[in-house]
Amino acid sequence: MFINTKIQVQNIRKGFPSDDGRLDVIDDLDFTVGDAEFVAIVGPSGCGKTTLMNIMAGFLAPDSGGVHVDGVLRNGADRKGIMITQQGSVFPWLTVRQNLLFGLPDDMPEREQRAREYAELVGLKGFENNYPHELSGGMLKRAEIARALVVKPEILYMDEPFSALDALMSLRMQNELLRILAKERHTVMLITHDVEEAIHLADRILVLSPRPARIQATFHVPFPHPRRVSRPECQELRVAILKELGVTEPV
Amino acid sequence: MKFLRQSLPSIIVIAVVVALWWVTVVVTESVIFPTPGQVVSGTLELARDGTLWEHIGASLFRVGAGFGLAVLFAIPLGLWMGWVHGAFVTLNPLFQILRPISPIAWIPIAILWFGVGDASPIYLIFIASVFPMIVQTTVGVHTIEKRYLRAAENFGVPRGKLFRKVVFPATLPQIIVGMRIGLGVAWLVVVAAEMIALRSGLGYMIIDSRNAGNRYDLVIAGMIIIGLIGLALDGIMRLLENMKSVRWRYVH
Repeated sequence: MFINTKIQVQNIRKGFPSDDGRLDVIDDLDFTVGDAEFVAIVGPSGCGKTTLMNIMAGFLAPDSGGVHVDGVLRNGADRKGIMITQQGSVFPWLTVRQNLLFGLPDDMPEREQRAREYAELVGLKGFENNYPHELSGGMLKRAEIARALVVKPEILYMDEPFSALDALMSLRMQNELLRILAKERHTVMLITHDVEEAIHLADRILVLSPRPARIQATFHVPFPHPRRVSRPECQELRVAILKELGVTEPV
Repeated sequence: MKFLRQSLPSIIVIAVVVALWWVTVVVTESVIFPTPGQVVSGTLELARDGTLWEHIGASLFRVGAGFGLAVLFAIPLGLWMGWVHGAFVTLNPLFQILRPISPIAWIPIAILWFGVGDASPIYLIFIASVFPMIVQTTVGVHTIEKRYLRAAENFGVPRGKLFRKVVFPATLPQIIVGMRIGLGVAWLVVVAAEMIALRSGLGYMIIDSRNAGNRYDLVIAGMIIIGLIGLALDGIMRLLENMKSVRWRYVH
């Protein structure tokens, strides 16, 4: 299904110095992500998911091993892959419009047009001149997604992007994301602790072990979009993933 | 209406203080200490013959010049010290030693270097207001949240744009706090500086009124005008805090 490899994570290890010597966070992770594939990573909290994402996006260097994007060894972050985090990083001192313009070169003739287009795409038309503190949590998340998409990145790194939102808004944003991804091709890496969110969105789900992180199990999600997570197949998958995470539900 | 209701208690307090002052002067039959009425008529007298405006103008000019120079010096320096670690470790100790020295202590040196003209008080105001602004600006850069710097790094914008769109605006609320502190001390210092060897300004007016015939009505008039102008200056700085592009720092 995904013929071309977009990202290749090759035997990466990462540890941090700690009070009692050394804390190994990632232990020999090795996997590939296909072009336009949507891969979700779930794992127990504190297992090193965020560290992995920071290494993949180029904000952190691994101790050993490497990340190749389109066959080129990653060396620092760049606009080819944009990170979206739980806290968000929409600049509060710029308006929505100025935030969207931020990543576009100043001498780009169609930048205003492009910013308008993406504000509209995420449903922020009419709010372009508002400051972030005047927006709701959901709208702020839309602004962040628009700011990432407007530079036409090939990869989106999403670290618990919707966790700070309430359940209803989180679900709404998941649907929005799917709608946008159906229009634009992106490779997506998603970190989440929400198994249903992973099943709803991803093509493949990697379950990480407790620290130091290793890939403990891989699940494919072959169901076509739009998915109803309440379908029995989805629920079966959910139970299987939760079991990997050490949670068994009473039947 | 809401403004009136909010400020009513403070207006009452001020009125009570003025009334107590008035009653005390009348009861003690003081010859030298003036009543509020005498202060007002003394002020009107100075306003009519124009000297009041000259003194106010002279003080404001000195503050404007000294504070303006300090802003031009402190903000770029503070941004640089905040951004470049080496600049911070090199310069910060020096500023931490200079900062606690009262500007008043600089008066003899100011006179030695700049004589008794306008340059001395301008220098003193500069010295008084430059350090708080350097410190606040540096702190402002140091406290930019990492997630914003990371986002900027992610989009890979050129250095100039990074400063223009991220570092400076992220620091601006702290810069404004520094400017508020700086202007406050500048106004304190100009009055003190003018009490020495100058022939104009509100500080001079106070000292001169006492020396030339114990005109305590004008001494108190000068004090009250200093207070009111200080309040107005702070009000202007507070307007800056209401700009939409810095409000994010204050709303939560």
